[in-house]
Amino acid sequence: MKSVIQMKQLNKVYEDGFQALSDINLEIRKGEIFALLGPNGAGKTTMISVICGIVNPTSGTVTVDGYDIIKDYRASRAIIGLVPQELTTEAFETVWNTVSLSRGLFGKAPNPEYIEKTLKALSLWDKKDNKIMTLSGGMKRRVLIAKALSHEPEVLFLDEPTAGVDVDLRKGMWSLVHELRQTGVTIILTTHYIEEAEEMADRVGVINKGRLIVVEEKNELMKKMGSKTLSVQLPFSMRELPEDLKSKRIDLEADGKVLNYTYDTQSEEDDICDFFDLLKQNGISFKDITTKQSSLEEIFVSLVNK
Amino acid sequence: MNFYAVKAIYKFEMARMWRTLGQSIASPVLSTVLYFIVFGSAIGSRIDGIDGISYGAFIVPGLIMLSVLNQSISNASFGIYFPRFTGTIYEVLSAPISFVEILLGYVGAAASKSLVIGTIILLTSGFFVDMEIQHPFWMILFLVLTSVTFSLFGFIIGIWADGFEKLQVIPLLVITPLTFLGGAFYSINMLPPLWQKISLANPVVYLISGFRWSFFEHSDVSLGVSLAMISIFLLLCISAVAWIFKTGYKLKA
Ligand SMILES: Nc1ncnc2c1ncn2[C@@H]1O[C@H](COP(=O)(O)OP(=O)(O)OP(=O)(O)O)[C@@H](O)[C@H]1O
Ligand SMILES: [Mg+2]
Repeated sequence: MKSVIQMKQLNKVYEDGFQALSDINLEIRKGEIFALLGPNGAGKTTMISVICGIVNPTSGTVTVDGYDIIKDYRASRAIIGLVPQELTTEAFETVWNTVSLSRGLFGKAPNPEYIEKTLKALSLWDKKDNKIMTLSGGMKRRVLIAKALSHEPEVLFLDEPTAGVDVDLRKGMWSLVHELRQTGVTIILTTHYIEEAEEMADRVGVINKGRLIVVEEKNELMKKMGSKTLSVQLPFSMRELPEDLKSKRIDLEADGKVLNYTYDTQSEEDDICDFFDLLKQNGISFKDITTKQSSLEEIFVSLVNK
Repeated sequence: MNFYAVKAIYKFEMARMWRTLGQSIASPVLSTVLYFIVFGSAIGSRIDGIDGISYGAFIVPGLIMLSVLNQSISNASFGIYFPRFTGTIYEVLSAPISFVEILLGYVGAAASKSLVIGTIILLTSGFFVDMEIQHPFWMILFLVLTSVTFSLFGFIIGIWADGFEKLQVIPLLVITPLTFLGGAFYSINMLPPLWQKISLANPVVYLISGFRWSFFEHSDVSLGVSLAMISIFLLLCISAVAWIFKTGYKLKA
């Protein structure tokens, strides 16, 4: 598949000497939805900012649709739309004016019909003459999306688009992203929610401490992310695991009161019933059960420590 | 050239001005009227004219310059500082526009606003004194050059400042004294010789002198020198801005 963004040996060292990006090599494919995951401070926003021209790269090259982001900045920036992480808006301006400004800034002739369509799609039409400061947080986020879409970009960056957004709106954004992809827009998003990456992404990149650790098809990564732990609270303290239960998947916590069973929701072989059968055969009763999805944070830790 | 972007920034900035039209115009007009009452009528009536020009008329060019300088600097510095402060500058930085286009938009809007205010003060002055403008073309030229140059200067301050105090400091500490000592209310020929020499180091002297010449053909320094000085200052500001955009100084991390 054709790549639309190429980063080669990209490094960013901030003025205070902090290295936020280290030797990033990454290609974003045309038309895909790419989720960039990583803990706070990993360098996600920095990477996006470099591509968009807001932060100067220290070394390395980035091209967008074949155009160098520094030498051919006009061509590379013209096709990018950016929804920033922070809710930064022109508080005293109306929704309509701020979205029209964005379109103009990106060199497009005024097109009120298109802006109307965009505002309607984002349920902002009835707020078009409102000052932005009179909008709720979720509406402001949608204004930022409208601004980014105002110039019909081919590549869209969404930096944590669903932070602080309610469930309904989150679902709405997911479908918006899917619709945009239908029209051929490439989407790069960052998020801290696994289910978001799971719902939307074709591919996932994990970044930590400025380094890209993993770039994989989502389905591959989901297998790793799909591991869950089922914990069984025992009514008594077990000193040792019975022979039958000894397996990689099962372990006994130190106090002997909890049995943990690790399984993979994506895998067909794993069957929770087998585990319960084993408990029954060994005459082990239990008070309670809980299950826990391995968190993104844990996956990062395991990835980093690998 | 991304004309749509220039137009978009210009329109956006001008809209901000129309929204605050009342205060943008009221305060310079009010202070001008006060100057006229105090210096023109109360004190001025006791002062003989300067080189045959009535004192009330003599201070008009200086008063206009005083407002135009202050307005240019405050409009332009605020215009660029505010988006830096709120963070909305990200959009300008990520847009496919060159620094020339950013300047045309922001500085053009700030300068236009100063021009409007300068014109309003000129009209207001008409209510207080009789005067004739000898060289309207030159008057407009000086007004435009001054508005543009000092809007550029304001733009630089708006990028340099990292707090609202700093935005105020330069106009208060530098521009106001320079204008007052720049011959807004007197001819520098009225000063003792030593102070006349020192005054020549004050760039505002050249602005007011040239501007006043276009009204009355009365000047402290020759027209050519005035033009040359303002052009030099304009070039200095342009180079500073070019450097700012080249290095991303205070704009890009
Ligand atoms: N202007 C700056 N000067 C110095 N350091 C910076 C600057 N901007 C960001 N950093 C540092 O770079 C690192 C990466 O920041 P970045 O904003 O890219 O993280 P992120 O992955 O987007 O995190 P989050 O999930 O919290 O948004 C952080 O340690 C941050 O403190
Ligand atoms: Mg971030």
